[in-house]
Amino acid sequence: MKMLTAVIKPFKVDDVRDALAQVGIQGMTVTEVKGFGRQKGHTELYRGAEYVVDFVPKVKLELAVREELLDQAIEAILKSAATGKIGDGKIFVSDLEQVVRIRTGETGAEAI
Amino acid sequence: MKKWLISFSLMPSLAFADGLNTGDSAWILTATALVLFMTLPGLSLFYGGLVRSKNVLSILMQCFAITCVVSLLWLICGYSLAFSDGGSLNAWIGGLDNAFFANIGKDTLEGTLPKTLHGMFQMTFAIITPALIIGAFAERMRFGPMLAFSALWLLGVYVPVCHWVWGGGWLAQLGMYDFAGGTTVHITAGVAALVAALVLGNRKGFPAQGMLPHNMTMTVTGAGMLWVGWFGFNGGSALAANGDAAMAMLVTHISAAAGSLAWMALEWKKFGKPSALGIATGMVAGLGTITPASGFVGPAAGLVIGLAAGVVCFYMVIFVKHKLKIDDSLDVFPVHGVGGILGTLLAGVFASSHLGIFSGFGFAKPEYTMLDQLGVQALGVVSTFVYTAVVTWLLLKLVGLFAPLRVTSDEETQGLDIVLHEERGYDL
Repeated sequence: MKMLTAVIKPFKVDDVRDALAQVGIQGMTVTEVKGFGRQKGHTELYRGAEYVVDFVPKVKLELAVREELLDQAIEAILKSAATGKIGDGKIFVSDLEQVVRIRTGETGAEAI
Repeated sequence: MKKWLISFSLMPSLAFADGLNTGDSAWILTATALVLFMTLPGLSLFYGGLVRSKNVLSILMQCFAITCVVSLLWLICGYSLAFSDGGSLNAWIGGLDNAFFANIGKDTLEGTLPKTLHGMFQMTFAIITPALIIGAFAERMRFGPMLAFSALWLLGVYVPVCHWVWGGGWLAQLGMYDFAGGTTVHITAGVAALVAALVLGNRKGFPAQGMLPHNMTMTVTGAGMLWVGWFGFNGGSALAANGDAAMAMLVTHISAAAGSLAWMALEWKKFGKPSALGIATGMVAGLGTITPASGFVGPAAGLVIGLAAGVVCFYMVIFVKHKLKIDDSLDVFPVHGVGGILGTLLAGVFASSHLGIFSGFGFAKPEYTMLDQLGVQALGVVSTFVYTAVVTWLLLKLVGLFAPLRVTSDEETQGLDIVLHEERGYDL
């Protein structure tokens, strides 16, 4: 099992959700976050002057996936979240030791 | 117009000659409510949205408390010192005949208005003036010293200048034109703001760190209320429901629209985007600048004054904040102070009845040329500027002797809402 953490542009979140649903992903957690990468911050206008705002608003998706869905899920995010412009975000993949469904007590891949 | 009414009030036998006019009274009752509405909640929301979320309540609280304190001071002696006869000192300050609104009954008149109404209308101007200043020291001044300073400043600066211009003092005798408070309200508040910003010092992190508005919706809402309230401010300053009031309202509205568009256009050209804060700030500049001239100038001049306000105040914000690096946090001096100066001077130009479609309604005295009127206007600007700067500086130093004016660095980081008021603006 793998944990996928993707940080994407906020206005892409619906596209990404649809693309992931199509490859069979059944759940995810979405958080509104702020941060910066190579895009750095952005500028905001304030009474005749521009200020650099260090942190850019982003959306963070967290989803647990079975090994066999991993490549498809990454592919789905890549296709749906990309605009080709700087600031499209990143996908982080990490090992997931255990998953437990609280309602039934099921564990492992069954619980995803 | 104000100065005529004042000359009536100096001759009590004449003051009753007009008798009460219910139409005038009805309009000024309404205008009084409109001007209070400019401070509560107009200015409170306008300023509140501009600060960071950890300081929003401190702004709302300061506007509210100033309203209360000034109201009582106005009752105790403010109105009397500003508007009653000061005897041998009348050129400089009024007397105490009307302290606690003494000698004013339900039937006492000021021109065609109940004198209580005149006192109440003027009270709302006294309220907004110190409230304007708080934008300069937003996000860092302690509450107690702020209240003490505001109270002392009302009596030390606003009341005397108000008497000079509107209470039959020396500037009134010279025929200075200030229809609705370009000098008494906007220059005094703007200059005091500049001095307060210098005495208090910059906010921690200024100018490297951008300290952007936390709630533009609130700011634009407040700006809209200010625009509407300003009809009472300028239209009401005719102290009658007549052609002066209607003309003042018309030029006020035109200037607000022109100032808004001028500022918006400059930002659009310079940065590629027209901003909501830009258009709202241009509106305030246009309104502050037309204030002294409204009632004396015509609608075409209102257009010119509004456009000039948007352009001049735009560049003055950049000059004060980014060239001089003075943290007048909410830009009170470049918008209100500069607007007030510009408008007071332009009133001396566009009051001329010989400018074609840009003509106004004539100068203060029949023998005055434009140069004479401009000279009086300039004298009023310079004397008010210098007097306000000196007294504001002294009062801040005086209050500073008894208590620190500013919160500590850690408290500033934490935010005034929790530190000073033990509350939060938002609990989402």
